[in-house]
Amino acid sequence: MDVNERDILNVKDLHVQVTTEVGFSTLVQDINFGIKKGRILGLVGESGSGKTVTSMSILQLHDKKKMDIRGSITLQGKELNGLENKEMRKIRGKDIAFIMQNPMNAFTPVFTIGHQFVETIRSHTTLKKKQAKELAIDVMKSINLQDSDKILKNYPFELSGGMLQRVMIAMAACLNPSVIIADEPTTALDLHSQSLVLRLLDKVRSEYGTSILLISHDLGVISEMADDVIVMQHGRIVEAANVLELFDNPQHEYTKKLLRTRPTLYSQKQSYTYML
Amino acid sequence: MQGVKPLSLLQVKQVSLSFNSKKFFIGKDLSKKVLNDISFTIEEGTCLGLIGTSGAGKSTLGRVILGIQRPQQGQVLFQGYDIYNSDKATQHNIRRDLQVVFQDSYSAVNPRMTAERIISEPLENYGKLTKGELRRTVCELLERVGLSEKDLKKYPHQFSGGQLQRINIARAIALKPKLVVLDESVSSLDMVTQSLILELLSELKDDFGLSYLFITHDIKAAFSISDKIGVLEKGELIERYDSKDQFFSSKHPIVKRLRDCILAEHPRFRTLTTGKLG
Repeated sequence: MDVNERDILNVKDLHVQVTTEVGFSTLVQDINFGIKKGRILGLVGESGSGKTVTSMSILQLHDKKKMDIRGSITLQGKELNGLENKEMRKIRGKDIAFIMQNPMNAFTPVFTIGHQFVETIRSHTTLKKKQAKELAIDVMKSINLQDSDKILKNYPFELSGGMLQRVMIAMAACLNPSVIIADEPTTALDLHSQSLVLRLLDKVRSEYGTSILLISHDLGVISEMADDVIVMQHGRIVEAANVLELFDNPQHEYTKKLLRTRPTLYSQKQSYTYML
Repeated sequence: MQGVKPLSLLQVKQVSLSFNSKKFFIGKDLSKKVLNDISFTIEEGTCLGLIGTSGAGKSTLGRVILGIQRPQQGQVLFQGYDIYNSDKATQHNIRRDLQVVFQDSYSAVNPRMTAERIISEPLENYGKLTKGELRRTVCELLERVGLSEKDLKKYPHQFSGGQLQRINIARAIALKPKLVVLDESVSSLDMVTQSLILELLSELKDDFGLSYLFITHDIKAAFSISDKIGVLEKGELIERYDSKDQFFSSKHPIVKRLRDCILAEHPRFRTLTTGKLG
């Protein structure tokens, strides 16, 4: 993947170190990637490989006292690394939206969904409360969420995990961000909600032209969604390639191992060797 | 336990269960039927995979089989003995042969116990081993699941999720049970750990002649380990298959929906998304 001007989000030479009592510990190093407009970049790796650390560095969510983030992270040419928290707050949610793994923890249980939705919209725009609510309903309608009026009046605990995750995506999409970072968006969900959520993310991408950084350990999710893939291991990128290329002829040993060890369906496996 | 040799290891006969609750003061009936007339059997040395979306009643069925949740109707027979209506000694023996591994490995162990104590607990309950024997057995078990003697004195928080799940498995197989209920045992692990645990489970199955009830929402994982598959939806066992091909040729609408949710194994075969390739 070559790094160039057309990338919406560009990460260059990212190093993240954490300071401990005994010294430094490097979490991720030499991370280079870029996402073009309307593309989905998949980020694969097992637990502890630094996927989430990378995504949190992009959003500058690390504790600056303990973490040392070096390198350059640019969003449409604007440098994000080292920005003041006040500046960063303008970007989070508006230019870069974040979808977390566990939707139950991403909402405040004491306010209704509508309250939180409107709050997000109003903190980034000059819309009035009523207009914000209309926008929320519009977005939810456009991504096929039925009963949007009712959902807005509900509290987070009244909805199922899959439903909440879809509301979360609506919230992420409503301000038309240039990048959505989805950190294991379907890991906590069952099969059916998973396919609904993935479809939705794809819809947001094709309708709004949003670039998506999709973090997942599930190669099934990656093969369904991603255009390009980077594979991480022990805090380094071991392979970066187009999704077809990666699945057809993986270069690195680790990638080969990942592809070999994933559970497969016997009858599907046959059909695709046949088709190849 | 002796007597006539039963046909199947586990027989579930027409089990129904509903959770009853009444609205406070008003008395409005809010009971919810969770399991509806479920019957199936598990033969010795086989693995039944139970698939269903969340809320289908998979875990409740697992609890019923373990003897934790008494069903309102129906029987659960383990080696021909009714789990819920037999004398204490039989129940005690059944528990020995019926073990479980849960999804959340951290909440399944006592955080104040070392790995050694966690694994030796069932051994102490059921056998009279001397200290030396106990330690040797625990070491063997640890090695069997891919850990080492060094891990004996560690506490749960010092293990990773995958390692702790191995300890849970070691505890479950410590008494050489006949049936192990695996309730989403691999669902919260990442793919590498998941495939390692699945591998371990099928090895153990062959070594000890275990039977599994593998409860999951992950169809791929279920297929990789199970001999037979059951599909549960809204408390009903809608279909059962003896082979994987039957699942793919089934015309049941719910099975079709499940099948559509399976993610492509190769980007060439994506079905969910509209994304252009290349």
